[in-house]
Amino acid sequence: MQTVLSIAIDALAYGMVLFVISIGLSVTMGLMRVVNLAHGAFAMIGGYIASYAARDLGLAYGFAVLLAIFGTIVIAVPIERLLYRRIYGAPELTQVLMTIGITFCIIGIANYVFGPTLKTVPLPSELQGSVDLGFRAIATHRIFAIVCGLAVAAGLWYAIEKTAFGVKLRASVDNAAMAAALGVRTEIVYAVSFAVAVGLAAFGGVVGAELLPVEPYYALRYMVTFLVVVSVGGAGSIPGALVACLLLGAIDTTGRYLMPEFGEFFFYLAVIAIICVFPRGLAGRAKG
Amino acid sequence: MQPIFEVRNLKRAFGGLAVTNDVSLSMAPGDRVALIGPNGAGKTTFVNLVTGNLRPDSGEVRIAGEPVTGVDAIGRVRRGLVRSFQVTRLFADMTPAEHVALAVLQRDGRAGRLFGNFLGMPDVMVEVQELLGKLGLKELMHRKVSEIAYGQQRLLELAVALALKPKVLLLDEPAAGVPQSDTGRIEQALADLPADLAVLMIEHDMDLVFRFAKRVIVLAAGAIIFDGSPSDVTKDPRVREAYLGSYANASHAA
Amino acid sequence: MTMTTTNDMIAASPARRRFGGGDLIGLAIILLVAVIGYFLFPNNLALLTRIIAAALLVLSLDLVTGYCGVATLGHAALFGAGAYAAGIASAHYGINDPLAMLAFGIVAGAVAGLVCGVVILRAHGLPQLVLSIALIHLFHEFANKASSWTGGSDGLSGIAPTALLGLYEFDLWGRTAYVFGVVLLAIVFLLLRLIVRSPFGMLCRGIKEDPVRIRSMGASPKIALTKMYVISGAVAGVGGALNAISTQVVGLDSLSFNMSAESLVMLVLGGTGSLFGALTGTVVFMFFEDVVSAANPFHWLTMVGALLIAVVLFAPKGLYGTAAALVARRREAK
Repeated sequence: MQTVLSIAIDALAYGMVLFVISIGLSVTMGLMRVVNLAHGAFAMIGGYIASYAARDLGLAYGFAVLLAIFGTIVIAVPIERLLYRRIYGAPELTQVLMTIGITFCIIGIANYVFGPTLKTVPLPSELQGSVDLGFRAIATHRIFAIVCGLAVAAGLWYAIEKTAFGVKLRASVDNAAMAAALGVRTEIVYAVSFAVAVGLAAFGGVVGAELLPVEPYYALRYMVTFLVVVSVGGAGSIPGALVACLLLGAIDTTGRYLMPEFGEFFFYLAVIAIICVFPRGLAGRAKG
Repeated sequence: MQPIFEVRNLKRAFGGLAVTNDVSLSMAPGDRVALIGPNGAGKTTFVNLVTGNLRPDSGEVRIAGEPVTGVDAIGRVRRGLVRSFQVTRLFADMTPAEHVALAVLQRDGRAGRLFGNFLGMPDVMVEVQELLGKLGLKELMHRKVSEIAYGQQRLLELAVALALKPKVLLLDEPAAGVPQSDTGRIEQALADLPADLAVLMIEHDMDLVFRFAKRVIVLAAGAIIFDGSPSDVTKDPRVREAYLGSYANASHAA
Repeated sequence: MTMTTTNDMIAASPARRRFGGGDLIGLAIILLVAVIGYFLFPNNLALLTRIIAAALLVLSLDLVTGYCGVATLGHAALFGAGAYAAGIASAHYGINDPLAMLAFGIVAGAVAGLVCGVVILRAHGLPQLVLSIALIHLFHEFANKASSWTGGSDGLSGIAPTALLGLYEFDLWGRTAYVFGVVLLAIVFLLLRLIVRSPFGMLCRGIKEDPVRIRSMGASPKIALTKMYVISGAVAGVGGALNAISTQVVGLDSLSFNMSAESLVMLVLGGTGSLFGALTGTVVFMFFEDVVSAANPFHWLTMVGALLIAVVLFAPKGLYGTAAALVARRREAK
């Protein structure tokens, strides 16, 4: 029973971190139809900045998080302007090559600047330790991660469903040409969405640093995990991404607990099985 | 004579809307039938049901007496039901000769061969040259498709279909998008189709329908409302109603 | 900004296809380059043999990506399967005849190709790409865990090929291995030239352009692509087996995502949809790697990334594709 609860909490926390990181990827993929393999690299940049700010500069955790988010956006926006913009609407292979090139560059530079070792983001004392629920103590950080995930989901839901920008965003996802004809400045929608997506990735990278440790190969190690969230959940779907993240979190965490030796093996096997069963995503309709 | 192509009580609904509602028709070898109908009549759905790209809710499709309702699109082509596309779907980087050769090889079950080249297969080349010659494409046979005119691409579309030696040919607006000056060539090609081939042509252009078809079927709101000779179709009150609505009996068809 | 292909520039002159003049020229170029390489780098034949093994992997990738349009980031699975099969045959079963080891590599590569093909072709677009990445990780993890068979992260050692044809020992300088590699590459190249111009090759080109049209001609794209995956696996298996025989170790890196991604980089660098493009890309990339990683291994990944971005932006047809297009344009101008 204790184990089941531990697994459940960890799975939930892991799933929520995945959600925070990959939801931006999902929205931008739905919007710009770009297969972006470099998304994890932006989460990694966020983790590095926060680690540097909190550990080396001694800034408060909250500041470090903000700095990570804005720093990553500042780095990512020029990349979007210079490189991504040229591959909108290009064939899939072109997009794969460009974004994997960007990923390799970021990994190489991170390796050069920060070295190959693991970087931690020191938690403030309030997030260390655990909360006693009477029958069970739960690490505070896990609860923090879960709360962050829920807050992001709620915030995004509000922004997309209830704001003027959300209307434009949905219109552009639906049919960019039509939205443009109706006077929506899709370029701005793209740019803002990209910035928000990258900011969320950085946020997730920092919050999740305990679960997905920050190191140069982060961007490759978790690439498939972030991508599978989108391909299982369906690009642009928040509920789809949430369900996919919880599912993957459960699979991965359970695997690690029960079969620490073969955890990764079964994770990839599960990923393959899920996509083979739902090649069009969980929400995708079967043909005919 | 046994019908070569039969559709029996075909039904398909999307949501609650019956897009194909109890459609039945039957064709004999050599038939020249035109299927017409106003926009939204369900022609596209009907084509998809017949070719096997869409499953019907109920009903049956038969080719040469054999039920093919459970057979997929590829299997129906192999049984002799071949279609052409309304918007040309050709391989831009390949030549007309390669298109026809691929169809011939596929028909004979040789398209999976790993060695040899069709240019060195005399029987294939004879057929390619004969077919392309008939359609006036022989001079262009080694040019890339992306370099030839649209009217010629439409003819090549026809050539590919014919190279598969169909029993039933489904032509989806064979002259769509072709400049006026080239339609004569296409009409000639249609007139020269093999005599024993059953042809079902989906067409908007009534001039073409009247010149080509010996029989006209009118589809409206998912159901067949007329099946008879071209000379009767414009006189039929239900057809006039379907096309012209309330103006039906006030003036002549535009 | 599109990724165009070259298709070996054969469409222009049908007469040449019949006589296969391009085949002989290509073969001559391969042999010439091989001889020049032998005399230029007599002390570094191991590198040249590694290039040949990589070239076989890239040719294999070109079959599915360049000729069929399947984007995959997991193609090293086929190469690694061949390498481990050849290595395990020798290290665990005492099958030390290099040709027998080669046969094991080919069969294992083809089987891995079948498995990967069946899985990857289940989906399209992004899910397909994700499947390919998940597959290479799965293969990697499997090899890592099955360490009693594969040596795990230490690598598989104890591979001891006997003399080739009972005559030529695999010497310390790698001469036999190099000649063996050149011969294998030449044979594979000629076979692939035949295949890409065969009816089946034509069918695959059609599938790449429009699978719906191919279905309406009564052919099954899925069956054809699976078949191509098996052929591709056999070719990658040759490369893997050559690697195992020549280096006498098999490491986990032969089943890695990095190797898969690098093979894609090599292919795109040279130009997709062309056998010459695949070869050009491999040679240029491997030499580049050798020079750069010797000078500064720290920046290797950054350089690869920058190279990739540059190719996408400035030479989307790849080196060979761009050169071939230039030559063709000049010929037309005359």
